[in-house]
Amino acid sequence: MTRVLTMERAAAARRPASLLTDAAIFAAGLAALYGVMGISRSWLSPARPVAEISLSPSALPVYALYSLWRMGLAYLASLVFALVYAYAAARNRVAERLLIPLLDILQSIPVLSFLPGVMMAMVSIFPDRELGLELGSILLIFTGQVWNLAFSFYASLKGLPRELTEAATTYHFGHWQRFYQLELPYGAIGLVWNSMMSVAGGWFFLMACEMFQLGQRDFRLPGLGSYLQTAASAGDMRAILWGLAAMIAVILLLDQCLWRPLIAWAEKFKFEQVESAEAPQSAVLLALRHSASLAWVRRRALAPAWEALTLRLARHEASEQPREGPVWRPYAARALGVAALALVLYGAMRAGHILMGLTRDELSLLLHGAGATFARVMAALAIGLLWTVPLGVAVGLRPRLASVVQPLAQIAASVPATALFPVLLLILFRAGGGMGLAAILLMLLGTQWYLLFNVIAGAQAVPSDLLEAARVFRIRGWERWRLLILPGIFPYLVTGLVTAAGGAWNASIVAEYSRFQGRVLATTGLGATISQATDAGNFDLLLASTVAMAVIVVTVNRVLWKRLFRLAQTRFRLET
Amino acid sequence: MTHLEPIIEARGVEQFYIQPGGQRTEILTPTNLSIQPDQIVALLGASGCGKSTLLRILSGLVRPPAGEVLWHGQPLNGKQPNVAIVFQSFALFPWLTVIENVEAPLRARGMGIFERRKRALRILDTVGLDGFETAYPKELSGGMKQRVGFARGLVVEPEVLFMDEPFSALDVLTSETLRGELLELWTSRRIPTRAIFMVTHNIEEAVELADRIVVLAHRPASIRDDFLVELPQPRTHTMPRFHELVDHIYKLLTQPEEKHVLPAAAPAAGAAAPKEHVALPHARPGGIAGLVEIIGDRGGRDDLYHLAEDLVLDVEDLLPIVEAARLLGFAEVSEGDVRLTPIGKTYAEASIEQRKQVFREAALERIPLLRQIHTALRAKSDHAMPAEFFRDILDDRFSADEAPRQMETAMDWGRYAEIFDYDSQSDRLLGTET
Repeated sequence: MTRVLTMERAAAARRPASLLTDAAIFAAGLAALYGVMGISRSWLSPARPVAEISLSPSALPVYALYSLWRMGLAYLASLVFALVYAYAAARNRVAERLLIPLLDILQSIPVLSFLPGVMMAMVSIFPDRELGLELGSILLIFTGQVWNLAFSFYASLKGLPRELTEAATTYHFGHWQRFYQLELPYGAIGLVWNSMMSVAGGWFFLMACEMFQLGQRDFRLPGLGSYLQTAASAGDMRAILWGLAAMIAVILLLDQCLWRPLIAWAEKFKFEQVESAEAPQSAVLLALRHSASLAWVRRRALAPAWEALTLRLARHEASEQPREGPVWRPYAARALGVAALALVLYGAMRAGHILMGLTRDELSLLLHGAGATFARVMAALAIGLLWTVPLGVAVGLRPRLASVVQPLAQIAASVPATALFPVLLLILFRAGGGMGLAAILLMLLGTQWYLLFNVIAGAQAVPSDLLEAARVFRIRGWERWRLLILPGIFPYLVTGLVTAAGGAWNASIVAEYSRFQGRVLATTGLGATISQATDAGNFDLLLASTVAMAVIVVTVNRVLWKRLFRLAQTRFRLET
Repeated sequence: MTHLEPIIEARGVEQFYIQPGGQRTEILTPTNLSIQPDQIVALLGASGCGKSTLLRILSGLVRPPAGEVLWHGQPLNGKQPNVAIVFQSFALFPWLTVIENVEAPLRARGMGIFERRKRALRILDTVGLDGFETAYPKELSGGMKQRVGFARGLVVEPEVLFMDEPFSALDVLTSETLRGELLELWTSRRIPTRAIFMVTHNIEEAVELADRIVVLAHRPASIRDDFLVELPQPRTHTMPRFHELVDHIYKLLTQPEEKHVLPAAAPAAGAAAPKEHVALPHARPGGIAGLVEIIGDRGGRDDLYHLAEDLVLDVEDLLPIVEAARLLGFAEVSEGDVRLTPIGKTYAEASIEQRKQVFREAALERIPLLRQIHTALRAKSDHAMPAEFFRDILDDRFSADEAPRQMETAMDWGRYAEIFDYDSQSDRLLGTET
């Protein structure tokens, strides 16, 4: 044991910069404390009818903090929920049969259409506190980011290597030890990557739900999203640029201080037998690891507390005799299942009743809208493919170019499209474009990056010996594309297209209908119908259009993407 | 052997799966087996024959659907006895350091940090991992990883140490060293473990280590033989008795149908009519050709054990190839020796094209499945049949795992011998004109 301690000390002594790190950590701690106090004061303050959004750049740090705080809470809630959900699905066979298809459907429902319902509910729960609105926005972001987390953890629970679980059983691991030494570490890498994706998606929704109108009511939460929307509405180019700069700064900061360290740290959870040559690095993580004060806190406070907690739990579980559950348990589970089923049936019947009550006009609006949005999604995907495939392949096949382009593209991609929507609308209308075109552009803006990243990854995965073979046999031009590159990137392209299509459908809700500089701009489309119904408080139509969109997305997933996936996994798999 | 009370006793344990069609696939026929104190027991059998299943039942990991496992005379009923398992894949937690891996089982028992660390360091010292406490498993070589596996197993002071192919993932030298060290720990009583139960497919490994060897027959698994090895330690490969035991086990494994004591000569070529359901050993035609060539070069006869040693192969890897050569009538096996038949000699000396012809004739004569495919294809006017048809036939004869492998081997052989061709687009077998 002395050995371990001295090693830690030596590590701490090696770095003279450690003092600086400690100061930074201390300052960050103070700032976080101050921020939490300030925010809680604002939350509990009486509800303001309409929050004034200041366009002064000096207001931006506070707004950024507000937005970040909402993000953080929503993410934490998602993580906890996802872990529980995945655990239930992986452990209980009955639950699994219910929860996993449900996950598939929930993932396809356009989250933004929940906005009015959720907000109304929250505001009515806390009618005279800001808390209601804040909770509403957090709940919305939560619904946008929880599903892929849950699915990722479920998949890793199901994929646990058999011998590892057997080792855990033979060595009498209790539930808790099994969780923190086996299941959570095994799922960690998937969770980290999916957290990044979730939070990126979360920004998208946060920007949209910080400021919106429902009927006659105008909801505003102070934050980056509302700042950008207000700035664009006012046509204040200077404020727009400030807002975008703040947005990018926040995202870069998160990337450097949170995601990169996390990814580098999660490297140790990689399930591999040999160390990989190129492990991700992070300067921030290195600094944290060498910080003497953190090491002190860990040694003096965290480690003993953890030790006491785990020992207590282990002793408790070790003393428990394995026993069969109480006699009533299977019955209780069955009763619960029946109750859930009844609830779902009742809900479906009520929803069906509402849908039956739609007028002929509304139905035709839905059908036309669905067709128009479908066409727009396809157009956005097609345009996206047109530029991302050539560029992505060019970049992917040249490692040196990739090392320059990839970080740039990542920054561009991390700016949430919803933050850019108002800005883009402003530019487009100054140039004299129509809303239909704008909608396609906005969808494209939100989705092209998925395509680009996947194409680059696909091109990088084309084995170099095949490329060399093509060169030797003088296969060039179109033949080279047809025989080698297109089949090579196909599986990646399908993955990119699925994600992009889902994003485009969701974006249609904001893209096809917008309130801008006091005017309502809309075009025919399912997304526009959802937004219109929201605005008008027509809940029947809102329900119908949301269901329609979910059905279309699920159907297209089942009919088109699943098949392409299968094709990609069988015929176009490059086995190495 | 003194008849002590067994530590673990399995009574009539079985393992089977009910297939979707309601069919019962037997993995392990009802089996009795007990583990006595002061014994290293080796369980031998071909790969995938159910050895690991039996280990998991005995160690309490898997509850058998029928039969019971007694631990000191008491039924286990899902409780975890104080045993340890050393796994083929090491099964270390890659995110924990060496010492954290070793401490994990102690943590599960609720042992405090000081006691835990003391014991872990002591056992790490015993297995020779001094100085590697804070390393992560991925920084270690395979041999070192398995040492961690042993340390983690021994730290709980198990009454029975189970080992599931513990040396198979290691290179020859490393596994030899580790075996020696384990034996040293065991014979010098430096570990409180009272019995070791080891699953292996390596015959020499079993003969080198075990006090008692249990041989499992294939599909479904059942105990073929169970005998004591009364050879003094340390055992070396040059002991005549060592060689005899190895040869004896070979015979048990290569000729599952034959009786325990073999007649001096193998059945004459062509005399025994091939049975309806001959299971094809999974060997490629190229491998069979290679083997026949080598034996031909050595005067048409060689000892299996030497052959494997010279080829730097595990004999287990050689067995399916030898079995294939025997099935085709190219070779005979007796007393651990393999000898080319006249047809085998012709094959060894033929050109590539002639070889295909010889192989084709032998296959059509001796492999019922290939003969069946050939006849079926000839009977059809377009000389084509869906491959699915034959898969269905195989599904009835073999387990769900085995049937596709049988089909794959049959396709390998049939295509090599130009008995048929295969079109992957339409998944059809096409007859060839000759």
